[in-house]
Amino acid sequence: MIFLDNLINGLSLGSIYAIIALGYTMVYGIAKMLNFAHGDVIMIGAYVAFCGLQYWGLPPVLAIAVSMIACTVLGVTIEGLAYRPLRQAASLAVLITAIGMSYLLQNTALMIWGANPKSFPTTFINSVSIRLGRLNISIATLITIFANIVIMVSLTLFTAKTKMGKAMRCVSEDRGAAELMGINVNRTISVTFAIGSALAAIAGVLLCSSYPILQPTTGSMPGIKAFTAAVFGGIGSIPGAMLGGVLLGVIEIFGKAYISTELGDAIVFAVLIVVLLVKPTGLLGRPIREKV
Amino acid sequence: MTKTKRKRLIYNLITFSVVIAAYLILQHMIDAKTITRSLKGQLVPICAWIVMAVSLNLVIGFSGELSLGHAGFMSVGAYTGAVVSGWLLNAFQMENTVLRLVLAIVAGGILAGIAGVVIGIPVLRLRGDYLAIVTLAFGEIIRNLVNVLYIGTSEGHLNFSFLHKNLPESAVILVDGAKGAVKIKPISTFTVGFVLILITLIIVLNLVNSRAGRAIQATRDNRIAAESMGVSVTKYKMMAFVTAAVLAGMAGALYGLNSSTVVPTQFTFNQSINVLVFVVLGGLGNVLGSVISAAFLTVLPEVLREFADYRMLVYAIVLILVMIFTNNPAIRSLVNRLISPVKALLRGRQPSALQGGDKA
Amino acid sequence: MSEVRRHRSDTRMVPVPSYSIVPERDVNAIPVLETRHLGIEFGGLKAVDDFNLTIGPTEIAGLIGPNGAGKTTVFNLLTKVYEPTSGAVLFRGKDLHGMSIVQASRLGIARTFQNIRLFDRMTVEENVRIGLHNQIRYDMFSGILRLPRYWGQEKKQHEKAMELLSIFGMQDLADETAGSLPYGVQRRLEIVRALATDPKLLLLDEPAAGMNPRETEELMENIAGIRDRFQIAILLIEHDMSLVMGVCEGICVLNFGRVIAKGTADEIQANPDVIEAYLGKKRTEQNGREEEKA
Repeated sequence: MIFLDNLINGLSLGSIYAIIALGYTMVYGIAKMLNFAHGDVIMIGAYVAFCGLQYWGLPPVLAIAVSMIACTVLGVTIEGLAYRPLRQAASLAVLITAIGMSYLLQNTALMIWGANPKSFPTTFINSVSIRLGRLNISIATLITIFANIVIMVSLTLFTAKTKMGKAMRCVSEDRGAAELMGINVNRTISVTFAIGSALAAIAGVLLCSSYPILQPTTGSMPGIKAFTAAVFGGIGSIPGAMLGGVLLGVIEIFGKAYISTELGDAIVFAVLIVVLLVKPTGLLGRPIREKV
Repeated sequence: MTKTKRKRLIYNLITFSVVIAAYLILQHMIDAKTITRSLKGQLVPICAWIVMAVSLNLVIGFSGELSLGHAGFMSVGAYTGAVVSGWLLNAFQMENTVLRLVLAIVAGGILAGIAGVVIGIPVLRLRGDYLAIVTLAFGEIIRNLVNVLYIGTSEGHLNFSFLHKNLPESAVILVDGAKGAVKIKPISTFTVGFVLILITLIIVLNLVNSRAGRAIQATRDNRIAAESMGVSVTKYKMMAFVTAAVLAGMAGALYGLNSSTVVPTQFTFNQSINVLVFVVLGGLGNVLGSVISAAFLTVLPEVLREFADYRMLVYAIVLILVMIFTNNPAIRSLVNRLISPVKALLRGRQPSALQGGDKA
Repeated sequence: MSEVRRHRSDTRMVPVPSYSIVPERDVNAIPVLETRHLGIEFGGLKAVDDFNLTIGPTEIAGLIGPNGAGKTTVFNLLTKVYEPTSGAVLFRGKDLHGMSIVQASRLGIARTFQNIRLFDRMTVEENVRIGLHNQIRYDMFSGILRLPRYWGQEKKQHEKAMELLSIFGMQDLADETAGSLPYGVQRRLEIVRALATDPKLLLLDEPAAGMNPRETEELMENIAGIRDRFQIAILLIEHDMSLVMGVCEGICVLNFGRVIAKGTADEIQANPDVIEAYLGKKRTEQNGREEEKA
């Protein structure tokens, strides 16, 4: 039973990682940059939803919608102001900028909401649970796993079928050629950030439904782990993000349960290192060849 | 002497002069008791952060790899320093604080160097963003590990235990898990810190102006071309990485032995970013810049209390702006156009100092 | 080999057992480069297939072919950027199997790059000194501690670098930042830097790209001069036919990863397969020429 409990917890945590990892993997695939601030967009999303539920008295669905809109605007703004001017710059410069952006978001949240952790309000999501024999599964867990699957399927369809989705694939394949073909690269990258950030809002709400402590650094550790998940699954690959996220969540929960609670994070990072050394392109990634 | 050589010599002379002059002035202020208490308390940390910034600059500015786990090496040094110092005191009754401090710093450097080799071997096979994220991961792993580390000393031996506190009854506890390194006798001095800065500067400046240093910079500018010239990229990236780790470990020992406890939370990812800010603001590849920005940005929050509250916010904004201004071609050419008349003016005034080198 | 002849017209090309041709003067020496059935596949696509080439110790050879024929891939195979999936590269009789780029360089293969790859932020002299990295050496500690060895070897490096630069009339640019040089000069610096590694075989990837006719003319003289002075073999990829025909003794034509012709300039110019590869199928030479003009 404990094993099954852990497995379900792992799947739930892994689904959250997977949704965050999608934001990383899409941005990395298309803009070729590691958006270090992605984890902090999650945190902002969670705070906005928190305000919606706690202060503005919005129903949960509306709170999530407001949070998604806020994050989308935020994501597109970040991209336009900070990352777009560095489109041609070395990856080192872009990464440092993204780290700066991550700190900017954390400290802005600190200014607005203070350093004291807020406890995320209980909604129907995390108050009700289902009994299944001796198993006790919360609605939050089920919704998280379900949301993960829905998002994955719709994103896969989006990139395969729609015009914008195809444009994204073109830009990720060869930015220069895409531009010559008349694809508006800047707009495509903006849309990518918009989608990634909207997903971040959902991830933020789900994260705080399961782990209801909200503070300015809430997003950074899940963010880094989700990046690990994206790398694990193969960066740039949507199914890879799902696989990597879920596996990582399960590994983390099992590591904490059976090895050591204190070393949970260390285990996750050890997985990242091993994956990068053994198969740097991840489980489902394509090999990349350096042009000479 | 060629123009380039002369320029570098002048640069090095200025760097050393600035550091030595600052030391003499501060030492004079200490003797004359005109120094404020808060500044006096900051002197050793300033030295440690300068060494951290200069060593990180070797990795980022000269070898061109972003390391986000530099604080991890500092923590290895801090813990090692605390343990070695406590051990020497308890087991050998070594009362000479300067000798103890020096031995602790050397030990901190060696252990951090070993950590650097162990981490560098896998990490330096990776590139760019992956390398950065893995150094971050290693920094966090180090922090996780010292969190469950227990070290004590009894009967002249060191006792280690991991995950669970399992030390002999008689042992004097040196490292106590999440409580960190405890009951440290603060023995760091400003003068030792100053000497450490000088050593760091000599190592880094001499290294970058030598065969190995040029190879390090070549791997930064173009990896494939460097390999095609017969330069082993891994070897020279490793050299920069491990040298930086050793220096960070020494800085860590100095820093740790300045207070009575060292806790793992002092060396989070945030500290690595802090040092990154020093390096970026001082200029990538600019050693003097790192020295000045590390010193200035360590003192500033102490002097400006209001600034301390907004410090990280301001750092973040400055980091972003510096990167955009130095890397966006349009903005850079605009800035160049604006400052070129000033440059010409400056050049006109002192034409011989940097310009008229003999062409060999 | 004191009497290396300057001009292609004086050189008689002789076939050797591997179905390649080398100049008469090199026939009895061990070839500097010999490839045997060399090939590489990228995901099922044969980028280079059954590539056989022999180059004599002082030969100037050309590798030509339409865009995408696999010329640069051949260079990457020779310099160990890629490990071949079939066949072998023999360099002065030694199999390069499993070697790294660095090892290949140390054996004596140097190259330039199609898209220039200088150390942009370093000075011209430092770029050449990187070429001298394995020629004039001292360890890290001599450097940090400024031991006498440091000063001696630094002086040697400086003198050698300046000597190489002055051969190409670049001594006055020694203190300039490499990235700030004009395009043509950057290409020349790449050659100097490659020569500094003391190679036995120099690979030039489109050395005349982006050069004006006058610069190309100069380059042609330089290439012949390098061979005469350094007594090394040169293999060059080039689209400028006047340069290839003017300086190369043996020419190898590649199309779709396969060799379609080998021979002297005159033989290549007369080869129908080559004309077809360059101008397309089912077109007479005349039609093709007109199309090219238009």
